[in-house]
Amino acid sequence: MLTVIDPGVLSTIQDRGRTGYRAFGMPLSGVMDRYAFRMANILAGNGPDEAVVEMTLRGGRFGFPSEAYVSICGADMQARLNGEIVKNWSGFRVPANGEVAFEAAESGCRTYLAVCGGIAVPKMMGSRSTYLRARLGGFQGRVLRAGDVLEIGAVAALPSALNELANRYVPRYENEVRLRVMLGPQDDLFTEDGVRTFLGCEYTVSYRNDRMGYVLDGAAVTHKNGADIVSDALCPGAVQIPGNGTPIIMTADCQTTGGYAKIGTVISSDLPKLAQAKAGDRVRFVACSDEDAILALTVENKYYEEALRESQLRVGVRVR
Amino acid sequence: MLKVRMLDAGEQGLVVEFGDEIDPAINARVRRLGRIVATEMAERILEVVPTYRSLMVYFDPLIVSRKNLREKIAEYLSDLEAVTADDDTARVITIPVSYGGEFGPDLEFVARHNAITEDEVIAIHTSMPYLVYMLGFTPGFPYLGGMSERIAAPRLDVPRVKIPVGSVGIAGRQTGIYPIESPGGWRLIGRTPLQVFNPLSENPFLFAAGDYLQFSAIEADEYGALKAQIDCGEYVPVVRYFRGEGN
Repeated sequence: MLTVIDPGVLSTIQDRGRTGYRAFGMPLSGVMDRYAFRMANILAGNGPDEAVVEMTLRGGRFGFPSEAYVSICGADMQARLNGEIVKNWSGFRVPANGEVAFEAAESGCRTYLAVCGGIAVPKMMGSRSTYLRARLGGFQGRVLRAGDVLEIGAVAALPSALNELANRYVPRYENEVRLRVMLGPQDDLFTEDGVRTFLGCEYTVSYRNDRMGYVLDGAAVTHKNGADIVSDALCPGAVQIPGNGTPIIMTADCQTTGGYAKIGTVISSDLPKLAQAKAGDRVRFVACSDEDAILALTVENKYYEEALRESQLRVGVRVR
Repeated sequence: MLKVRMLDAGEQGLVVEFGDEIDPAINARVRRLGRIVATEMAERILEVVPTYRSLMVYFDPLIVSRKNLREKIAEYLSDLEAVTADDDTARVITIPVSYGGEFGPDLEFVARHNAITEDEVIAIHTSMPYLVYMLGFTPGFPYLGGMSERIAAPRLDVPRVKIPVGSVGIAGRQTGIYPIESPGGWRLIGRTPLQVFNPLSENPFLFAAGDYLQFSAIEADEYGALKAQIDCGEYVPVVRYFRGEGN
């Protein structure tokens, strides 16, 4: 098991998300940065969908009464194992009564702590993800607090070797993010000028950014006939333009339906970049085709496959 | 009939748009297509989300290509009108509501705003079943259609921070139920003891798009008794079936 000594700013349990209920208004939830999440599970010797701790801006401190194997991926929060700096994007053994501690993110915004065996909170509606607004899933449907005790899934054997991800798979988090976006479904509700503004201007991430969406500041994107549409479906990545003309990019906990026109949709492979952006960071949108998006997805999957193979060579076969 | 449009919503979303207005006949076609796609392509798509006037199909482009999906949907669309009405039987779910008092602090406002009595508001609100066009906003929140203009009321100027679970409210010509505690600006006229959303249940949602909700007035003391029954799992919601118009 794992004890929360200090939860950090905002830490929740997440997995890949809660699919299958969006027709009932249930958001997906799940990790904001699926790339760091997948790599964390690979480095921890887990299958692709084990639940992890998602930390935001400043990480917490976690105690391990018995021996464990953990991994850390995402924003660099200068993790320490029993006071000694450990490398970000690596998996390592934690001795009994060990402590893993994080500080504020030096770059990026979110860090994932995976544990070999996975965080074993009960599944709710098919997922272990926390959905804060409805207070369900994860650990008692809420953010982690000091004193919480989390169970870890049983494993036959723990890896022992250090498991460092090769540099070529480690993303660099910059203060300027380029997001590829497929125009639509309602780009025809915007003026030509509006679309040009959207694709040509630099936006700034505002303080209103969270697991539901990122509100951007910057040049207004003009609609032809107002922002309101008859509500339709909304997914993470969708870029809504409300009446004031500045974009809102929907993220993991976003509502399943919405009433503002959507100029475009950020491709899913680029959402991890947004998840690592914080207030003040700059965002540019770049138009891309369906083919580009699928290619990005294929490349992403190839990274996972290669990283998994290399990880297995380093620490032995997957335990689970 | 308006031409159906297929629109991109990222590489994992295809929107099939039947129109741009709130209309029971359009909504029925959306749901009908949704059922066909969910059944025929169950293994190849992720999920479908029916909304007022369009169907969202979420899919994995590495499993089924957009081109292939579009072709399939075009086929289903041409069959759409031929689908028999058998599976179009609608459920009408009775929603017991204790109106007014502490459960419906705005009932008096709604009555005054429309220059009728509180009893008249209740009589109108319970006079007919409302179509669930879609669910959204929060898990299980129904977008209902058909409420009478005679009990319409503007939203609160300042939304309430906490609206209790089961609250029944009015906003403009819309009426709805809050399935979870949340903030909101609707005028609250009553509360149902029914659990419209229970994440621990095997069937977490009491109703789906295409169902009808029939509100039914109960006394404040009945609320407590019903709530007790519901809490220990002894209450079975009252459901009847009918061939819905436009279904």
